[in-house]
Amino acid sequence: MKARLLLDNGMIFEGENFGAEGTAFGEICFNTSMTGYQEILTDPSYAKQVIVMTYPEIGNYGINKDDFESSRVSAAGFVVKNYSENESHYKSYIKLKDYLKQQNIIGVSNIDTRRLTTIIRESGAMNCVITTEEITGEVKEKLKNFSIDKNITKLVSRSTEEVVKPAQEKTNGLRIAVIDCGIKKSIIDCFKDRGCELTIFPNDVSADKILESKFDAVLISNGPGDPQDAAETIKTAKELTGKIPIYGICLGYQILCIALGGKTYKLKYGHRGGNHPVINKQTGKVFMTSQNHGYAVAPASLPENVAITYVNLNDETLEGFSCKALKIDAVQFHPEAAPGPYDAQVIFDGWVNEMLERKYNVLDRLKKLFIKRG
Amino acid sequence: MPRNNDIKKVLVIGSGPIVIGQAAEFDYAGVQACRALKEEGIKVVLINSNPATIMTDETIADKVYIEPLTVETFEYVINKERPDGLLAGLGGQTGLNMALKLYEEGILDRYNVKLLGTKIDSIKKAEDRELFKELMVEIGEPVPDSVTASNMEEAQEFASRTGFPLIIRPAYTLGGSGGGIASNQKEFEEIVYSGLLRSPISQVLIEKSIAGYKEIEYEVIRDANDTAITICNMENIDPIGIHTGDSFVTAPSQTLTNKEYQTLRSSALKIIRALKIEGGCNVQYALDPTSSRYYVIEVNPRVSRSSALASKATGFPIAKVTTKIAIGYRLDEIKNAITQKTAAAFEPALDYVVTKIPKWPFDKFDHGDRLLGTKMKATGEVMAIGRTFESSFKKAITSIEDKNTGLVRKKYISFSDEELKALLTIQDDRRIFRVAEALSRKISVDEINYITKIDKWFIYKIKNLVEFEQRLKTEPFTKELYLEAKEKGFLDSEIAVITRKRLEDIEAFRKEHDIKAAFKIVDTCAAEFKACTPYYYSTYNEYDENMITDKESILILGSGPIRIGQGIEFDYCSVHAAWGVRAKGYEAIIVNSNPETLSTDFDVADKLYFEPMNIENIMNIVESEKPYGVMVQFGGQTAINLAEKLDKNGVKLIGTSLESINLAEDRKQFEALLHALDIPQAKGKAVRKVEEAIETAEELGFPLLVRPSYVIGGRGMQVVYNTEELITYFNSALKFSDEHPVLIDQYIEGKEVELDAVSDGENVLIPGITEHIERAGVHSGDSMAIYPTQKVKASMINTLVDYTERLAKALKIKGLMNIQFVLKDDVAYVIEVNPRASRTVPIMSKVTGIPMVELGISTALGQSIKELGYKPGLYDKTDLVCVKVPVFSFQKLNRIDPALAPEMKSTGEVLGIDTSFDRALVKGFLAAGYKFDRLNGDVMLSLNDHTKPQCDEIAKTLVELGFRIVATTGTHKYLEERGIPSKEIEHFDIPKMQAHMKKKQLCFIINTPSTNANAARIGSENRGFMIRTIAEMYSTPCFTSLDTAGAYLRALKFHNSYPNLEYNGITEYRKVCTLV
Repeated sequence: MKARLLLDNGMIFEGENFGAEGTAFGEICFNTSMTGYQEILTDPSYAKQVIVMTYPEIGNYGINKDDFESSRVSAAGFVVKNYSENESHYKSYIKLKDYLKQQNIIGVSNIDTRRLTTIIRESGAMNCVITTEEITGEVKEKLKNFSIDKNITKLVSRSTEEVVKPAQEKTNGLRIAVIDCGIKKSIIDCFKDRGCELTIFPNDVSADKILESKFDAVLISNGPGDPQDAAETIKTAKELTGKIPIYGICLGYQILCIALGGKTYKLKYGHRGGNHPVINKQTGKVFMTSQNHGYAVAPASLPENVAITYVNLNDETLEGFSCKALKIDAVQFHPEAAPGPYDAQVIFDGWVNEMLERKYNVLDRLKKLFIKRG
Repeated sequence: MPRNNDIKKVLVIGSGPIVIGQAAEFDYAGVQACRALKEEGIKVVLINSNPATIMTDETIADKVYIEPLTVETFEYVINKERPDGLLAGLGGQTGLNMALKLYEEGILDRYNVKLLGTKIDSIKKAEDRELFKELMVEIGEPVPDSVTASNMEEAQEFASRTGFPLIIRPAYTLGGSGGGIASNQKEFEEIVYSGLLRSPISQVLIEKSIAGYKEIEYEVIRDANDTAITICNMENIDPIGIHTGDSFVTAPSQTLTNKEYQTLRSSALKIIRALKIEGGCNVQYALDPTSSRYYVIEVNPRVSRSSALASKATGFPIAKVTTKIAIGYRLDEIKNAITQKTAAAFEPALDYVVTKIPKWPFDKFDHGDRLLGTKMKATGEVMAIGRTFESSFKKAITSIEDKNTGLVRKKYISFSDEELKALLTIQDDRRIFRVAEALSRKISVDEINYITKIDKWFIYKIKNLVEFEQRLKTEPFTKELYLEAKEKGFLDSEIAVITRKRLEDIEAFRKEHDIKAAFKIVDTCAAEFKACTPYYYSTYNEYDENMITDKESILILGSGPIRIGQGIEFDYCSVHAAWGVRAKGYEAIIVNSNPETLSTDFDVADKLYFEPMNIENIMNIVESEKPYGVMVQFGGQTAINLAEKLDKNGVKLIGTSLESINLAEDRKQFEALLHALDIPQAKGKAVRKVEEAIETAEELGFPLLVRPSYVIGGRGMQVVYNTEELITYFNSALKFSDEHPVLIDQYIEGKEVELDAVSDGENVLIPGITEHIERAGVHSGDSMAIYPTQKVKASMINTLVDYTERLAKALKIKGLMNIQFVLKDDVAYVIEVNPRASRTVPIMSKVTGIPMVELGISTALGQSIKELGYKPGLYDKTDLVCVKVPVFSFQKLNRIDPALAPEMKSTGEVLGIDTSFDRALVKGFLAAGYKFDRLNGDVMLSLNDHTKPQCDEIAKTLVELGFRIVATTGTHKYLEERGIPSKEIEHFDIPKMQAHMKKKQLCFIINTPSTNANAARIGSENRGFMIRTIAEMYSTPCFTSLDTAGAYLRALKFHNSYPNLEYNGITEYRKVCTLV
């Protein structure tokens, strides 16, 4: 069956349908990862986006039960060059196309994805419609009026609190409050594997609610959409600032920027892939990071007590900042990878060590101080 | 860390002659390295014994030493040049081993030379099997259960404990030479023995076989600041068990989940950090297809063949970046050559699929052992880029330049299903075609996977291609179907055959529907950033990104994969052609399919097309570019073979016309031409039937030289001595070529001379004439050759020049030509004329200083030799003397007779240069790996009746020098009759000879083949063949021509009296000469 992709600039791409049938609207974006379509599809940050994979062979290893980043596909559609009808992997339990069908997501293959990517790169992010039906005037009209729901984080966030405990033998005693704006499972796992207990709250949780439980730190998660639309979480973040250490990843980092009085802006076509070089301003070392964001933080807008920690080598956009005084540390990229390189997982080590230090070594340090003076 | 400013002069090690496992990729890497250093204002001194390389051009390094790669050479040059640093990691295993030797002998310390890039300790840790294993255990990286053995007992102990199959890998060898998989005790002993022998430190690693696991490679790079990145990963279609150089490979991996990909990536980075590698490095893994468990197999702590492939597959210049790191730069300080904006510290993202296929020499050596294992046998490789796996794979198959393209091949039709399944278990070069045949018979993917262990994903993809052929056969031929065929990589010529239509009809159909190839850019970033890299590949039914300029362009055809008979020298020519064309003000465009070469580096020409060297692919480029014309002279026989089809398509051939090419290559026309010009030739005839052959033989008289027409490297060429041999040959020769006849010539056993010339159609310029050491009958590529001639009379030289002038004029050659003569009794017979650049062009350009390719370009474009400032005729002879010595790779190829024959067998060459013939000869032998350290001991002689009467002088010299002659029965008798002392060894006592060789009791062997080469190969009982093969196995030098043996003895004698050699730069030798 044929499927079509209509861009906001009027261009139409025609290909073959795989996965679900129907019509879906979204913002088009491309991802340059060569592996990891399963993680990408199930990453809630892609809510309302039509994902173009630049790597041309997709579906090769099917879908397995271990690599989901959430329980469902939040993306609006999936565009590839060559869909591999026959997958091969010992873990695969379902074909990609059948999984998409299950999830009611339209896939389209046989698209000149390189051409499409070039257009997105040159014209910038734009809305699109993906459909297995005729493109009628009505559809075109709908596309013109389409915009991403301002309440999008609510759509992907959980509605109830959840506690995630680490394996008994790994427990380090740290308790972290997580504000779920569309969190990826791998972020939870990265803390859990390091022995932390997580209490995950919906995105509209209040600061008081968090503060009353005496957590060791707060993490504001990744998520979809424009950070300026995440008003409730921004408010919470502002109220938490200075009262408890706060960490942020991706959208969480952008929210923290706004909470500190900084500004975010929309990138022309975003960063999505697993090969973004980020330089650590302190060590001069570069690591490869997994990224997925359409907005960035304007470094000049940040207050003076904020230090720049990471910068993207490709376009020199800001990738991380910290504020010692307010105990805030946040990164734009995804240290949990999934998909992408594991290089930046050291960020979690750093954060957990910092929390442990704060929690357990305060007494030790005081003692040492007394001995010295004594 | 900006660059280290203490380094002002660097010595670069080249990788020496082309052998299997070490080919053109190191010329590519070396050139990048030299350029990267020069860019920084660093003076570059280069030593390489291989004259066919581009890196030994004077423009690449500041000073070029074409000298033997020995410790003596290096010490001499280091003492003379006093470099600050040594760059070894770009010279392959040769470079690394040399660096270790120089370090161990204290030379680096003595002269205060810093080893740049990866340090000695790290090299040792990566290369020494035991140290490496220890390190892996220490950092928690899994390695297969294994043992490092320095002797048979240790090896045996492990084998008894673990059982077979076992993989044996010798330490510090290249291309797995001396290794293999043993599935029983006998094989085990043999492989361990040869492995211990081959390893320079007598050490082998024996590991439990994990055959059947996926084989995955990572190309990683690290700087001194510990930033480490992956350039790309690659997945072998053939699972573990076949050397990666002999495997079909895709980039990136296709069947790995993100977790598997990242786990191995992290492991590779952990390893490169633990080893503290500074620069490029390759890590190989075995991945269990059923559990994601993996093992680290091997690390190459240097730039390798795989890194050349990775560079071409991604656009990331690994060798260049490695060099910059070696002089102190950090990855984030080096610019990304493609985007010009971003840094080199990033990992390429591919939006296409790359397939690499090895090129094996089995089409030449059809009696050779085609089984593939841990020992590499391929001489070269091709790479193809496609937007889908199907098209990439299909293009790669086309690029191999087999007689047939396509996957389903007729020759397997006759097998039953059961036979076919049995054949599928055989791992050889043809297995992929058997897989295709099996799929076409509906043998299931599961079953094929069970037998071959090739991942199902690949088998499904091949099935898509096979099934599509069926659709083409059965479905109505519509535009949609045709487009799908093109998208999947089918050629029009294949579609014609499958649909039973004429090619012209398909082409007309294509024109009617206006279906054209589109071209996409290789940009390292999957279009995320704007790039203007002039690096393209074709696709169909997609947007054309090709940027065509207004500038008039010229398309230069490359020479495809490296094979015996068509090697790196044609890459030298292609690259120089690009530079020459550019200098003439045209846009230079190169097309080639070989990832190892410099010609496929995107910054050599103005534009690069990575495409199969097939007429359809070339025409796609021509239609898109509309070049002024095409240069076919510089890409060897591959390019020349395309001339006719290009001409037919109305494409302008620049320089020598198609008529002239045909006149030179068509037997009959050429014969008539020589006759008309009154130039002597060996009498001969082209025949198509056995009866005709016998008749001709009677007319001409034996011995005769027989060969098929239109071949490269003398494939299938042979001397026959009687009717029986002629018939045998004739019956087997026909399969080589259906369209072209077999040529029968008188075999004139005289002195062979060869020359290359530039012609403008009126005048010729001959830089020099070379003389072969071996008499005619040995392929010119396998002969030792001297420049200038030593034993050719002045009157004869005049005759040769006269003939050349007459031929060039008559053939209207515009550009380069090559002529081979045989001289006998003061008559010069023309053997052949090649209307193109030849194998010897790089050597002649370097030793005479005449830029032959550039002059070839200028004359092809219509300029005259005089206009170019040169005097026509033979260029003044110089006092510089050089000797070219061929280098062979028999240790990698089983069941190939090492005897010299009219058929070419060498894979590479070295050059000895000095001020006298003797010195040059000594250097030539040294460079080719011969030694002069044994002056007494046993030398075995076993000669055929034909050569016995010519051996007296050699035998006497041997005795005089203090050697003891051990001779086989017949030879012993002959020597006895002449009063030359020798010890008899029974000619059938092969085991005794083997024992002698094993114990290193034989210094060398002189063995002339008893009958013709073909009989020797067929009869495995043939003793001569066995002696030669065993000699190869034990690395005992074996001379199969008395001429070569005589030259060796002369060199030995000279070296004995004058052991101290001087080593100078090529320009110094030339300068000395012009002053004289």
